[in-house]
Amino acid sequence: MLTRRIIPCLDVRDGQVVKGVRFRDHVVMGGIVELALRYRDAGADELVFYDITASPEGRRVDRDWVERVARVLDIPFCVAGGIRSVGDAREVLYAGADKVSVNSPALERPDLIDELSVAFGVQCVVVGIDSLRDEDGCWRVRQYSGDPDRTRALPRDTLDWVREAQQRGAGEIVLNCMGSDGVRDGYDIEQLARVREICSVPLVASGGAGAVRHFVEVFREAGVDAALAASVFHAGDIAIPDLKRQLAEQGVPVRESGRRG
Amino acid sequence: MADVVLIDAGGTNIGSVQYALQRLGVDAAMSGDPMRIRAASHVILPGVGAAAPGMARLRMNGLDRVVRELEQPVLGVCLGMQLLFEHSEEGDTACLGVVPGVVRHFPRDADLRVPHMGWNRLHLERDDVLLRGVEEGDFAYFVHSYAAATGPHVLASSEHGSPFAAVVRKNNFCGMQFHPERSADVGARLLENFLSL
Repeated sequence: MLTRRIIPCLDVRDGQVVKGVRFRDHVVMGGIVELALRYRDAGADELVFYDITASPEGRRVDRDWVERVARVLDIPFCVAGGIRSVGDAREVLYAGADKVSVNSPALERPDLIDELSVAFGVQCVVVGIDSLRDEDGCWRVRQYSGDPDRTRALPRDTLDWVREAQQRGAGEIVLNCMGSDGVRDGYDIEQLARVREICSVPLVASGGAGAVRHFVEVFREAGVDAALAASVFHAGDIAIPDLKRQLAEQGVPVRESGRRG
Repeated sequence: MADVVLIDAGGTNIGSVQYALQRLGVDAAMSGDPMRIRAASHVILPGVGAAAPGMARLRMNGLDRVVRELEQPVLGVCLGMQLLFEHSEEGDTACLGVVPGVVRHFPRDADLRVPHMGWNRLHLERDDVLLRGVEEGDFAYFVHSYAAATGPHVLASSEHGSPFAAVVRKNNFCGMQFHPERSADVGARLLENFLSL
């Protein structure tokens, strides 16, 4: 049986891992390779590296660190941020990333999703979606969320965009629920469960993890395939081996963590 | 020391496989040259992408025939394994046919998430040196939408809706549907076993 995945997300800026709350106030946490290996050893199933400055400033993801990670890491990883073309994606994938994740550039030009899936196969193409509930009760997509000064609301309905992204060739959807992101009050179960109903590709929950029970809830109640989190892992509030043990006890299938002897 | 050649069939994971071999102390060459491929002690066909362009790329360089005629150990990874079978439903593609069987899309069932993406258990079906040190229930990392059914050449299976081929071997031709280069210590062990063939 396919297990549910735990995915630490590492925000990368200028070749280092940084952290922030609600996308603001970033402080340096350490070297990329060192942190990647630490999470691998703890039993992370996959890693996401998100270049938080790349997309808003129109910069490309620096290929050097992708290759350095790929040389030492023996679990899958995805690179997000600054991928605007098949050429950008090719560079990152050939450097050793397993998947690329596109967000704002796919909103600017949805054909990007089709082009990436034709060039590399749907399994390489992750579409990240930043979503927030508006006052009328609808979830709508946000663009350029990596930069609070540029973030803007789009008229695009989140559910419509999830459907369209799949039709265009997304092999996985990461739904970042901005209303719960960074506040550690739990994943947005209602929104994730609604998206789950219309999502036939793997769905990754993002935004809001603060305690082990939040992971249990999001897997059991929203039926997501994977849960992504950053600050709870980086701050050491939740240890992945302990999280996985508790998930297993609660009947959520997970890969037994840690290295096999 | 093994002289390993990776055949570039257009898969983006070729670098990752090369790095995984480096972690085992083996510097593998990448080549599309028939002479170089025939001279290798071990040949690996990595692959990510679709069956039809993968086969087209091999045929364009005459490598389909070269691979079929190889007598040294050959390992197909992910799409590379699918290309070892007779036929793939993906793009209705005639494949290399060195392992009996056909590759089909996972059932289009609302409850079955496709691509099959993530860590799944290996169920050991047959004893083979390729599986030395691998235990029943060990995890491997899969990413694929097509798979071959279990059959007489399946050494290990996995399950997504129904059982499918995870590790196959017929004579010198071996295949792994998952990514050993991304399957932590279990994957490293499997690559080591292949290099010891």
